[in-house]
Amino acid sequence: MKLVIGIVRPEKANDVLEALYRAEVRGISMSRVQGHGGELDRVETYRGTTVKVDMNDKVRFEIGVSDNFVEPTIQAICDGARTGEVGDGKIFVVPVERAVRIRTGETDEAAVTPVGA
Amino acid sequence: MPALPLAQVTGIDTGDTAWMLAATALVLMMTIALGLFYAGLVRAKNALNTFMMCVSAIGIAGLTWALIGYSLAFDGSGDLIGGLHRVALHDVTFAPRTGTKIPELVFFAFQATFCIITVALIAGAVVERMRFRAWMVFAALWSVLVYPVLAHWGFGNGWLMSGGTLDFAGGVAVEMASGFSAFAAAIVIGARKDYGRIGLLPHNSLLVLLGGGLLWFGWFGFNGGSGFGTGEPSVLAFTNTLLCPAATLFTWMMLDLIRDKKVTAVGAATAIVAGCVLITPAGGFISPGWALVLGVLGTFPVYYLIVYRPRTRVDETLDVLAAHGLAGFLGILFIGFVAQQSWNGVSDGWFYGHIGQLGDQALAALATPLYAFGATFVLLKVLGALMPLRGPEPDEALGMDTIHHGEEAYPTGEGAILVTPEDGGEAPAPVAQT
Repeated sequence: MKLVIGIVRPEKANDVLEALYRAEVRGISMSRVQGHGGELDRVETYRGTTVKVDMNDKVRFEIGVSDNFVEPTIQAICDGARTGEVGDGKIFVVPVERAVRIRTGETDEAAVTPVGA
Repeated sequence: MPALPLAQVTGIDTGDTAWMLAATALVLMMTIALGLFYAGLVRAKNALNTFMMCVSAIGIAGLTWALIGYSLAFDGSGDLIGGLHRVALHDVTFAPRTGTKIPELVFFAFQATFCIITVALIAGAVVERMRFRAWMVFAALWSVLVYPVLAHWGFGNGWLMSGGTLDFAGGVAVEMASGFSAFAAAIVIGARKDYGRIGLLPHNSLLVLLGGGLLWFGWFGFNGGSGFGTGEPSVLAFTNTLLCPAATLFTWMMLDLIRDKKVTAVGAATAIVAGCVLITPAGGFISPGWALVLGVLGTFPVYYLIVYRPRTRVDETLDVLAAHGLAGFLGILFIGFVAQQSWNGVSDGWFYGHIGQLGDQALAALATPLYAFGATFVLLKVLGALMPLRGPEPDEALGMDTIHHGEEAYPTGEGAILVTPEDGGEAPAPVAQT
């Protein structure tokens, strides 16, 4: 059981969701984050104030999956998020100690297995 | 010319002039209201760019109008185009504009605001992808080559007006002109890269409602001022500008209810604009009762075109063709049926015994779209051969605001590092403008 964290371009978020859906990965959280991955800084000017902005909008997916779903999940995120330009994002896979489905009290593998699967 | 108090200039009516000064300011405000309306309808990363397309129209068309547009539209009575006597405001003074009791200076300013908002309206077809520099060049050329021609035809003593076509406040030069030009622009510029693939939603429906509401407010000056005074035509048009959009708003809400069992806010804002457009050509020519009927009947085609259009491949993004082109077309034709001399003092429509009026109206409804679409199509094709009209695809993903303006509509300031003059030389190069 792993937690897959994918940080991607916001404009690719829909493509990632679609790819995850096709890979039959269910149960997804996403949030807006600010990140910097080595792409060019933007320079913005408001009246006399000039700033360089090196944090870019990114979308962060968090997906708890059973072990045999780790590879398909990684593949789906890569397929959906890749443009080939700097700033496409990162995927991190971290071990999960426990998982609980709040509605039923199921734990671990059962908690991250989609309902009806 | 020595300054004279207004009342001493022959033929000036101070009441008329006072209202026209206010009406001019109201119409100028409509361009900002349109900016709000449009900005709310696009995604957050393009909101500033969209608003700026409207704002820039004031700076661009305001200038071209003074330099040459006004003269081409309102000098002389040639059939196709005006003369050059009034180029750069020559002889535009305190003396009354022929046929009115207001100084020509006010008349000029009032008409300038019409040219400006018509240019801004076209932006709705190309937002979220057109390069801002290309937009500025297009706006300048369109405000000289297209608007003044149609303004001359419709209300500058050109062939439509002298032939008997009735157009109170710009069904020809503003509504059909912008709507069919927008249609051409959408085809030449092409669809956004994500169009038809993912949902591209309004980022702030409150702005849309606020903009729609302020447009309605300004439209009282737009229609109410198009009688160039405080006489009966203006009074009739003013009240019709309340009634017709109200009827459209009601009908639109009912159609929403029937379609999806929910009344939508973005739909309501759109209805307000469509209703104002429907009454624009007809305001001073039809009775208040017919204005209500126009508001109800006109809603159906506009509503269903707006529902249908996103299913096509034409990314006419903010539906200028439906809300302005089609609604203006319907308003112009409606005059031919229900104009009443007892209300307008000019002419009857078919229902009141003068079927010829419908012919005059149909002529305008045919000629205007042809010229607007054709001229804009050619203009953009030529412009596109000289400069890129849109940037590379990654620009669209990043958003027009940072690419073309170096600003964001909603900057947080988090992670922004101040660039001081001392380290200015070491500041990283800005993201290349395309």
